[in-house]
Amino acid sequence: MNGATAILESLRREGVEVVFGYPGGSVIPLYDALYDFEIDHILTRHEQGAVHAADGYARASGKVGVCIATSGPGATNLTTGIANAYLDSVPLVAITGQVRTNLIGTDAFQEADIHGITLPIVKHSYLVKNAADLPSVLHEAFYIARTGRPGPVVVDIPVDLTIADVEYDPDGAQKIDLPGYRPTVKGHPKQIKAAAQAIAEAERPVIFAGGGVISAGGSEQLRELALHAHIPVTTSLTGIGSFPEDNEELSLGMLGMHGTRYANYAVTNCDLILGVGVRFDDRVTGRIAAFAPGAKVVHIDVDPAEISKNVAVDVPIVGDAKSVLADLLVQLKKHELSPERHLPWMRQVADWKKSHPMTFRREEDGEIMPEFVVKTISDITKGEAIICTEVGQNQMWAAQYSRVTRPRHFISSGGLGTMGFGFPASIGAKIARPDALVIDIAGDGSFQMNIQELGTAMNYRIPVKVCILNNQYLGMVRQWQDLFWNKRYSATCIACQPDFVKVAEAYGAQGFRATRADEVEEVLRVAFASDEPAVIDIRVKREANVWPMVPAGGAIDQMLGEEDR
Amino acid sequence: MKHTLSVLVENKPGVLNRISGLFARRGFNIDSLAVGETEDPKYSRMTIMVDGQDQPLEQVTKQLHKLINVIKITDLDPATSVDRELVLVKVKATAENRSEIMQIAEIFRAKIIDVSKTMLVIEVTGTREKVGAIMKLLRPFGIVELVRTGRVAMSRGTELT
Ligand SMILES: Cc1ncc(C[n+]2csc(CCOP(=O)(O)OP(=O)(O)O)c2C)c(N)n1
Repeated sequence: MNGATAILESLRREGVEVVFGYPGGSVIPLYDALYDFEIDHILTRHEQGAVHAADGYARASGKVGVCIATSGPGATNLTTGIANAYLDSVPLVAITGQVRTNLIGTDAFQEADIHGITLPIVKHSYLVKNAADLPSVLHEAFYIARTGRPGPVVVDIPVDLTIADVEYDPDGAQKIDLPGYRPTVKGHPKQIKAAAQAIAEAERPVIFAGGGVISAGGSEQLRELALHAHIPVTTSLTGIGSFPEDNEELSLGMLGMHGTRYANYAVTNCDLILGVGVRFDDRVTGRIAAFAPGAKVVHIDVDPAEISKNVAVDVPIVGDAKSVLADLLVQLKKHELSPERHLPWMRQVADWKKSHPMTFRREEDGEIMPEFVVKTISDITKGEAIICTEVGQNQMWAAQYSRVTRPRHFISSGGLGTMGFGFPASIGAKIARPDALVIDIAGDGSFQMNIQELGTAMNYRIPVKVCILNNQYLGMVRQWQDLFWNKRYSATCIACQPDFVKVAEAYGAQGFRATRADEVEEVLRVAFASDEPAVIDIRVKREANVWPMVPAGGAIDQMLGEEDR
Repeated sequence: MKHTLSVLVENKPGVLNRISGLFARRGFNIDSLAVGETEDPKYSRMTIMVDGQDQPLEQVTKQLHKLINVIKITDLDPATSVDRELVLVKVKATAENRSEIMQIAEIFRAKIIDVSKTMLVIEVTGTREKVGAIMKLLRPFGIVELVRTGRVAMSRGTELT
């Protein structure tokens, strides 16, 4: 077979069913092989769309997402998406075409050193020089992308290799020999015992769960442990869904800058924080010195470099969240854990929840509050939809008011905060989960960053629903200008915008609009009920802000609320 | 504090790039870096001198470990390791002071490897301290050019690096 077919054969054996991509000169042979190969290809309208769709596919399914781009501009168009996957630890294999081997280094037409460009934003990368290496490199790439702390792997392939003769030897190709890569799965038993001891002794414990729980498939183990030990759980943005938010007693929602007050108060006052698959990002911790100041820190993470990177850890456990949580539960069961042991704490937490609930003002003149839209979406979908988000206020409102009860049902660009991620990601998610209702909660700014993917949604009839919380502002930046820069709205008003209903219709999709609060539910119901891609333009209160908020660099229990204005 | 890291890596293209890039990104300055094949051509060894003053070195070694091609990292303790550096230095020399310079070289067991009418090229091998000492003595004659390989190091005795 030729190199191109060998690449696809490797993908097939890795269980790949669909790839996202965009063709060009250096990948024509690869696309030729794809033409009648049993792997589906989704042609996006921009390479950024392809990589985000592969990312959304990976997050929704737990499988490795795959995208393809041609050399030069095709490859460089992937970079934002690669960085996005890197910061959120999403398993991705990005295959890029490269100019012919003998032209590399000559500034040939459409030559870009994508291997070099992406070095700081990949888990690993390859520039393949011999066609014979293609199968083993691809299997290695998948292995690296999905094991340990998942992440993106770039495989750059000169076009001449894809037309060379290659022998595909399945046994040889799939043998992994990586002496420098041995991720730890099992946690150290001594450390796990120490953690169990610390948890049993704690009077004011809190669990802080992150995306690592979801990527390890450890949500069930987390739930069991939290319920058994009766410990409240807060999550990071990417950890949303790792613990059922309909558990009224134990779920504290999101932590950090726009987290719930009760989560922030609980973490600030706890005497033990069990961090699982989290990286204590600055958006979560606020001022480090004031973060959980009296707490013993137990940290479970598959990546040893995350331990004590931002927050000093007392009991570090390196290992896969699922495996460690299961072992930790076994150890915890050896302890006497009466629910009375931390009754005052649980009362205190319940008190905070009662006195500082997540509520928002309802406008009387029919103006639509963005929080109300998210809450309505969550209510009418009974929390069962897959919620993707863009970036900005829409993302924070989505995080605050969607009641997510299952892992892989909240998909958001956490680490990189990439506007334009949500819509293509929702397309990927819908392909991974055709049975699920997939909704992109969007801002009007973010949606316009990858609006061209309406073409993709129509091309393949992928019925995702884009709900634009349309404030005609780059809202989150405007909010900072409002609060900290004297309302000087420099370059944040984007009232000049297309008629989104007409844009949708121009693509052949359905377009809806709501301008009054009493229209919202009906419009959403109709849009969600159809089998077509739909854009719902919801005109929200233009200068609504996200509350509560911790000013950048502040202590997380010092939150501003609307009442402080 | 200066650290000498001995890093065993797979001998693959781009590895040096990954490693130097990582140091730069995490805010560490590399004082010197020497690299070459090991006894097994599949592997290379890098000896990296780095200043760990402002930030703990731990974070950078952990990040290094995450690189797929990095196999082993040893933070060499000066007490239990030996290290050498090779330096070529071009010194101004006249008929009058040439023999004095040659005497200095001899004391330090350095070699004169090139002689011209007005210059000498001297090869010095030794620890940083030794190299520093001879440079101090040569400086008054006029050092015109200096190149150094960077430190290479290994554990003493039967211990493997
Ligand atoms: C690609 C990219 N560019 C710029 C930013 C900076 N930024 C963060 S939020 C935001 C505003 C987003 O506006 P919109 O999508 O309309 O959402 P809103 O905040 O109004 O809900 C901007 C510009 C970003 N996160 N990503």
